[in-house]
Amino acid sequence: MTLTPVLTDTWDKDHSWRLATYERAGGYAGLKKALKAEPADLVQAVKDSGLRGRGGAGFPTGMKWGFLPPPDGGPRYLVVNADESEPGTCKDIPLMLASPQHLIEGVAITSYAIGCDHAFIYVRGEVLHVYRRLLNAVEEAYKAGYLGKNIQGSGFNLDVTVHAGAGAYICGEETALLDSLEGLRGQPRLKPPFPAVAGLYARPTVVNNVESIASVPAIVAKGADWFSSMGTEKSQGHGLFSLSGHVTRPGQYEAPLGITLRELLDLAGGVREGHELKFWTPGGSSTPIFTAEHLDVPLDYESVGAAGSMLGTRALQIFDETVCVVRATSRWTDFYAHESCGKCTPCREGTYWLKQVLHRIEAGEGQDSDLDLLLDLCDNILGRAFCALGDGAVSPITSSIKLFREEYQAHIDGHGCPFDPSASALFPYTPKTRIAAALAGAGAGGHR
Amino acid sequence: MTVTTNNPKTEAVPADLVTFTIDGTEVSVPKGTLIIRAAEQAGIQIPRFCDHPLLAPAGACRQCLVEVSMPDREGNVRPMPKPQASCTMTVAPGMIVKTQHTSAVADKAQQGVMELLLMNHPLDCPVCDKGGECPLQNQAMSNGRTDTRFVDVKRTFPKPIALSTQILLDRERCVLCQRCTRFSEEIAGDAFIALQDRGAHQQIGRFDEDVLGFAGAESSTGPVDRPVGEATTDTSGRPFSSYYSGNTVQICPVGALTGAGYRFRSRPFDLVSTESIAEHDSCGSAIRIDHRRGQVLRRLSGEDPVVNEEWITDKDRFAFTWQTATDRITTPLVREGGTLRPASWVEALEIAAAGLAKARQAGGVGVLPGGRLTVEDAFAWSRFARTALGTNDVDQRARVHSAEEAAFLAHVVAGSGVGVTFGDLEQAPAVLLVGLEAEEEAGITFLRLRKGTQGPAKTKVFSIAPYATRGLTRLDGTLLPAAPGTEAEWLTSLTTSLAPEGSGIDTGALAQPGAVILVGERLAGSPGAYAAALGLAEATGARLAWIPRRAGERGGVEAGLLPELLPGGRPVADAAARAQIAEAWGGEVPGTPGRDTTGILAALVDGALGGAIIGGVELADLPDPAAARAALDAAGFVVSLEVRASEVTERADVVLPVAPPVERAGSYWNWEGRVRSFGAALESSALPDHRVLHVLAQHLGVDLQAASPTEAHLSIAMTQRGAWDGDRLRVQRGVPTGPPSIRPGQAVLATWRLQLDVGRGQDGEQFLAGTAKLPVARLSAATAAAFGVADGDEVTVSTQRGAIGVPAVVTDGMVDGVVWLPLNSAGCRVHETLGAAAGDLVTVAPHVSDTQVTPVTRTSDNSEGKAL
Repeated sequence: MTLTPVLTDTWDKDHSWRLATYERAGGYAGLKKALKAEPADLVQAVKDSGLRGRGGAGFPTGMKWGFLPPPDGGPRYLVVNADESEPGTCKDIPLMLASPQHLIEGVAITSYAIGCDHAFIYVRGEVLHVYRRLLNAVEEAYKAGYLGKNIQGSGFNLDVTVHAGAGAYICGEETALLDSLEGLRGQPRLKPPFPAVAGLYARPTVVNNVESIASVPAIVAKGADWFSSMGTEKSQGHGLFSLSGHVTRPGQYEAPLGITLRELLDLAGGVREGHELKFWTPGGSSTPIFTAEHLDVPLDYESVGAAGSMLGTRALQIFDETVCVVRATSRWTDFYAHESCGKCTPCREGTYWLKQVLHRIEAGEGQDSDLDLLLDLCDNILGRAFCALGDGAVSPITSSIKLFREEYQAHIDGHGCPFDPSASALFPYTPKTRIAAALAGAGAGGHR
Repeated sequence: MTVTTNNPKTEAVPADLVTFTIDGTEVSVPKGTLIIRAAEQAGIQIPRFCDHPLLAPAGACRQCLVEVSMPDREGNVRPMPKPQASCTMTVAPGMIVKTQHTSAVADKAQQGVMELLLMNHPLDCPVCDKGGECPLQNQAMSNGRTDTRFVDVKRTFPKPIALSTQILLDRERCVLCQRCTRFSEEIAGDAFIALQDRGAHQQIGRFDEDVLGFAGAESSTGPVDRPVGEATTDTSGRPFSSYYSGNTVQICPVGALTGAGYRFRSRPFDLVSTESIAEHDSCGSAIRIDHRRGQVLRRLSGEDPVVNEEWITDKDRFAFTWQTATDRITTPLVREGGTLRPASWVEALEIAAAGLAKARQAGGVGVLPGGRLTVEDAFAWSRFARTALGTNDVDQRARVHSAEEAAFLAHVVAGSGVGVTFGDLEQAPAVLLVGLEAEEEAGITFLRLRKGTQGPAKTKVFSIAPYATRGLTRLDGTLLPAAPGTEAEWLTSLTTSLAPEGSGIDTGALAQPGAVILVGERLAGSPGAYAAALGLAEATGARLAWIPRRAGERGGVEAGLLPELLPGGRPVADAAARAQIAEAWGGEVPGTPGRDTTGILAALVDGALGGAIIGGVELADLPDPAAARAALDAAGFVVSLEVRASEVTERADVVLPVAPPVERAGSYWNWEGRVRSFGAALESSALPDHRVLHVLAQHLGVDLQAASPTEAHLSIAMTQRGAWDGDRLRVQRGVPTGPPSIRPGQAVLATWRLQLDVGRGQDGEQFLAGTAKLPVARLSAATAAAFGVADGDEVTVSTQRGAIGVPAVVTDGMVDGVVWLPLNSAGCRVHETLGAAAGDLVTVAPHVSDTQVTPVTRTSDNSEGKAL
């Protein structure tokens, strides 16, 4: 299988982020075509293309648009979820940095299709350079008449607001994102009502991932059939695969869904020289980990699901045999404990506890009962939390204990970690000594 | 108009029923019912923390997880993959719910959540106020593991944050259910605490700009009210000031929020609980009095869905120590050689009876029973005046009053039964407030109005007042700006549809079915306003209700504690009415219309009356306290029935102690017209007014038939055998004096009582006193500029009699030429110091700082010190 550069096509061009570069490569043909079409036909085209949400859940994009109630004269909104914060996930930020006009054209087409005249792009606050680039790209698009009043003489008006979040993982959850966008505390909302019915400012709202929206222009320009000719039967089209970690040439690989890690590793020059694959995540830290056994699992929604994980955001983090799975899992758990919004008990308290247990095990202070305790705690969190963050938090723990239980046990029996962290580092690294690791996560302010 | 029938309109029409199965039992409940509520109806208790029936679902604590199966499109019942929070999910036809009783998954899920909640909880139950009545403790026993697996380090916080002088927050006990924040946002509308930080560090906290980062938030909730005591800032960065904060203590499912007064004082299992009715306002809120060995330790809100739901004001909750203050009168007192000495009941009653008989001979006895009587007492006082003293010189109004008001009450209120109800307010499309600041003067009424504005009825609230208070702002209300004394103009212009454009109100708004006009007792000081309100109600069809401040006034109107009124709305002047009452009571009922409070006091001075018998009246509450003192000094003979020593005591010849509400049974007639009965919480030998009057009447040779509560009720019932269908008193329209001519340096005084002030009902409760609002003088920007006063400057408001110095607050949208002062707050006692009432002209000037003279307020304010 070969690469299919669509979104990544112009990344290597000079000033790839400029509107002119984008236009030279055929940009905005989709919008011009779309503005001559009926909005309902555009929705149908996206449905026909088989495009599924690229933010992780894989919900059919066209169907999501179709959930909006009929227009009632009031505003309806498109909100682009650009709050990319999952450990390992790094597709939207490079896309917005290298070729932001893909997203902006997609926003314009989607807004026209769903009858929205004010769209929002909620971008993660920490990536200031991306925020700036988006602001400039929006300004360029306004000047060129792709945004604003009477776009391309069609009578269609659209304003785009780029909003910088304040740096919370939970704001990638669509309802928490909406609350945050409204100026409230970013915590998930009770559903129903779903955003399609009462989203931003209690109005019908479509929330889509950056890559989903950026995929729309090509679908419109080249046709649904072109898009659905790529990929597998139920997972159609192209997608960004982000290889990171112990891989020779890490980066973005845009390929049809259904490609395997073995093929991607071939394209990326394989695992770090002199090492072998130990485990990997198919879609970011919230997806259960895979091992070398799963190298030939087609990376589409169905196959990855059938193999016991999730395609997620196609964030392929590659770990070789130098990596301590307990250490990796512990770091991920630190992340979830830090990012839990605190709204519900299982996630707030559960991650706090999991973090301490994992730190103890890593520091060699684990007890024999700790592994069963971890699994039972995970069982008490999985499916009990308010939103999916709780489920994501337990995935690395349950999957790693399932696959590497002996390694955990070795930490307990050997009263410490048998690995040398500097061996797994890609740069000169002397690990800090962990003093009183068990106490590190405790108490107010413990992690600050 | 108030309607005389018991109105069942507020009851919900039978909704569509949904049938589902819970733990194997088929149950039918109204559509839209939450699973957790439906389970309650089926007798199944699902553990919960964040869920509260009066708050919107949150789904935060996850304690109420149950297993749910739903029929799919083909009708096959399929289990949902995850356990569901029963507090957020509504029942659906054919749904199958398995709770912890029948589902191992649900049981384990609940135990798992409970373990997580307890993990960071301090488990300091032995020293926690909540221990023994704690939902966390109880449900940990019923739905938790027997031991903990947590061996790691607990989260801790420094011990408590004082949110105000009254409310303390222990964060480490908090389970973050958000009931308190949801209450303050959804119900009271004054968000003073909010969630902060995130993850395991999430906490309920006060405003902290380092954490929340929105310093300088715009004032979206109206004028700022600063409390007297220390308080943290609310979520908008202003000092926390709420009259409803005590409710958060009660709904906290753990011991995280506690009241300073009760903290560490008692164990719940040592307390005896008695249901009662709050005595501080005319709402008749249901309360629970918790007492131990004859001492009241706390009061909680009772549950009464039709009146106060589950909320009470902080005054109703915390102000109870007045009943056991050290100045309680415990024995009868008689004056001998100029000083009072203790006496036996027999001696005191004989002297009182003889003195009253003599005073009656010397012109008559004036009767001032006060506005805080129970219904039983009110009827006994009314009957005592008419049959034992043979007079209609009786008036319960110890406040600004007018003949127009007396006629209005006789015409509209008396004998009208249950009229406008709390439920009607919740469903009213429009409510007009006149002479009433609901939050200050009838706190629970404010909550119901707010529920209406937030609920499906989307009630539009309008208020004729000099400025938009913070309360009105929280009702999203519209101010119809009026200087005191000009209320009638607004009411008349609304009647004739001449309301100014853009005011958002017209005759049409009030002509909608269910629209309500609420009038307060302060209209007595605005000539023509009561009549105009009646005219507006008749013109629009809006229903009219009168909301007095004091708990006893509605009952007093029913009992005829007014100079021209007999029980049930019967006019004194009507011979048939007198005959009916004479038949019920036996003996004669005098036909001469009596004097009102002002008239009685004047007659005591000029000797037209020979004496007076006085109930619970604070002379400082009267519009001219100095004149009242002079009148009692001049009176030939004064009998006082009082709970605690007062200024009347000092001037009385005989003092007869009576029981406070907590030591007696009785009833209040709340403003709705609902009778609110309560039993004695504490055993006591103190006698209620009706019993004392009964024996006193015996000494005067009259049977008052009020020796016991039962007999008193029978006696009342005799007057209620038929509704009065004869003519009622006509409302003679008072002549509006028109806007007074204001000379430079003068302003029209606007004033009303705040809920928390220096009223003697709040004596002895220092923590509550700290949450009272600091007295300020409110002026419009133009008026302030005219006086050369800037916002925050000390300003002096004075009359010939005295001066009050308080900080000025420039208030947006306030009527020009008006200065507002709280009527009876610490250092700002308007009647006492200025001898002025609302509508009077006062002089306003910047405070001259070099006068180191003691402010006049302190020197002339002698009653305050005496009260303590």
